[in-house]
Amino acid sequence: MPAARGVGSLHTEVEVAEPDRTDQERDLSLDRSRQLPPGVIVAVGLLILAPIVALMLVGTYANEGPRLWGFPFFYWYQLMWVFIASGCTYLAYRLVHNARRGGDR
Amino acid sequence: MTGVNWVALTIVIILFVFVTAVGFAAARWRRAQSMASLDEWGLGGRGFGTFITWFLLGGDLYTAYTFIAVPAAMFATGAVSGFFAVPYTIIVYPIIFVFLPRLWSVSHRHGYVTPADFVEGRHGSRGLGLAVAVTGILATMPYIALQLVGIQAVLEVMGVGGSNNVIARDLPLFIAFAVLAAYTYSSGLRAPALIAFVKDFLIYLVIIVAVVYIAVKIGFGASFDAAQKKMATINPATGKPTGVFIPPPAQYWAYASLALGSALALFMYPHSITAVLSSRSRNVIRRNAAILPAYSLVLGLLALIGFAAIAAGTKPIGLDGKPNAQLVVPQFFEDSFPSWFAGVAFAAVAIGALVPAAIMSIAAANLFTRNIYRAYFEREVSREKEAQVSKIVSLIVKLGALIFVLSLDRQNAINFQLLGGIWILQTFPALVLGLYTRWFHRWALLIGWAVGMVFGTVAAYQQSSLATKHFGSSLDEVPFVGKLGYIALTAFVINLIVAVVLTFVFRAMKSPEGVDQTEPSDYFADEGDPRIQPIDELTADSSKATST
Repeated sequence: MPAARGVGSLHTEVEVAEPDRTDQERDLSLDRSRQLPPGVIVAVGLLILAPIVALMLVGTYANEGPRLWGFPFFYWYQLMWVFIASGCTYLAYRLVHNARRGGDR
Repeated sequence: MTGVNWVALTIVIILFVFVTAVGFAAARWRRAQSMASLDEWGLGGRGFGTFITWFLLGGDLYTAYTFIAVPAAMFATGAVSGFFAVPYTIIVYPIIFVFLPRLWSVSHRHGYVTPADFVEGRHGSRGLGLAVAVTGILATMPYIALQLVGIQAVLEVMGVGGSNNVIARDLPLFIAFAVLAAYTYSSGLRAPALIAFVKDFLIYLVIIVAVVYIAVKIGFGASFDAAQKKMATINPATGKPTGVFIPPPAQYWAYASLALGSALALFMYPHSITAVLSSRSRNVIRRNAAILPAYSLVLGLLALIGFAAIAAGTKPIGLDGKPNAQLVVPQFFEDSFPSWFAGVAFAAVAIGALVPAAIMSIAAANLFTRNIYRAYFEREVSREKEAQVSKIVSLIVKLGALIFVLSLDRQNAINFQLLGGIWILQTFPALVLGLYTRWFHRWALLIGWAVGMVFGTVAAYQQSSLATKHFGSSLDEVPFVGKLGYIALTAFVINLIVAVVLTFVFRAMKSPEGVDQTEPSDYFADEGDPRIQPIDELTADSSKATST
């Protein structure tokens, strides 16, 4: 860690709780960033983008029919995305979690 | 509406007294050795797990004003001004899933309390930190004021506050806020975190009952039919349809940009970040991104109460005898349910105002303490002093919001809230892009921010509507697109372009780039990883420890 960093600012690189962060510890945090395989990144990216893209395309759902329990399509379709988006995000969480668990202490 | 609804009022008072007790008792909940630090007072010890964070964030983001204003917008003008809140609160979670864990990690490592702390440390620029802090405070103040407007709406429908005597009229509001200020002062973030359980339980209860009632007594089909008819009716004053039932192609941009712009802005608000930083680990945030949409479903169903009220013929008339769409939700409950249940619904809204108001005042106070007081007045301030300054500022912030609401027209609070949304989004480049790259030059970010702020303010000022000459709408024609779009998003794009262009300029001029406090591994730190402490917290013996 370059000792000069932090000079002149309010913070120093000195640690209190555990005085010296070992190289091993630092590598561990760095490892976490590197552990996601490309396949996981692509899958997570798609899961994250799907709800955003779907809801941004207003033209695909700005219709009155077909109605469902009296709800026009425009309304029930968006409410349905609450569940789909929640599922996508949960799946993305599981993917990231499982991919990192191996090296995570 | 004649006289005071005593049954409903009694229920509201009982529940209010109950949450007051909870608020004061919260000081002893998850008790810390000392409350005299911002980590404890301002962030609840930074140890909340998935369950508490879910209630806290739900109580924080879905405010009383949201519950009042979204159905009111649906009732008055339909989908584009109201229902966009549903796609908005759906897409916000995938977005935060990506960047908030990084912000949590770097804040955990460096003990950052506010978003401006991170911006200051990352870009090595107190000025940029100040810009982010001031924007946060400016955007939060009217938001707190609007929570009071939410309480006022409930009081008005109950028949309280009709007196011409100013003191008598505003006394209930004054008492509510004084009590809120007192327990926030003593318990800090623990108070709203614990009260959020009560609030969210009441909200879920009320919505479930309301949805069943609408399904059985009015019918969803009938509600939508009534809304469709009303929105298509030509408004004699404008010669145009009253509102929008399903957006026509000309309004797609407006609908999508309102949703996207609001989603990008939501977690720029300091009160959102405060709740996030109070959580225990990265995974708490990621799990919450998956389970918080439950509140979006509630908001969507609540929005439909606006349509059900059209079918039910609800007449939201204020105590001054004038129609006021903001009263539609409380009026619908008063008309449709026995007094005691209307009281529960009113209490849900009123308590729903207290939770975000408390968190917002804590967040604004932390910004002042860390990024104005500490950055410019007392650099070596102790932890205890920081907490004390924040506690006092939280009182001043609430007092300011109260004066705002009592002295200015209600429309002003709504105008400033509209502006607040535009302003807060302008901090996105410095905060979120800063989490990924230091490519942007700090001065370019600052100038981009300033341009976005000015552009957004002027554009919003120029919008006129029937009700107001200025700030009549958050939509304006998007340059080069020619369609109506959310001003905040247009200003954000301009902000970004300015920041990119000027970064090249400042690079070419070799302007100093500032010192980055952070290192790449900081952005992945998790629960249990050691923290880097600010210098003023060093004790005599540990100051001998050298950095490696």
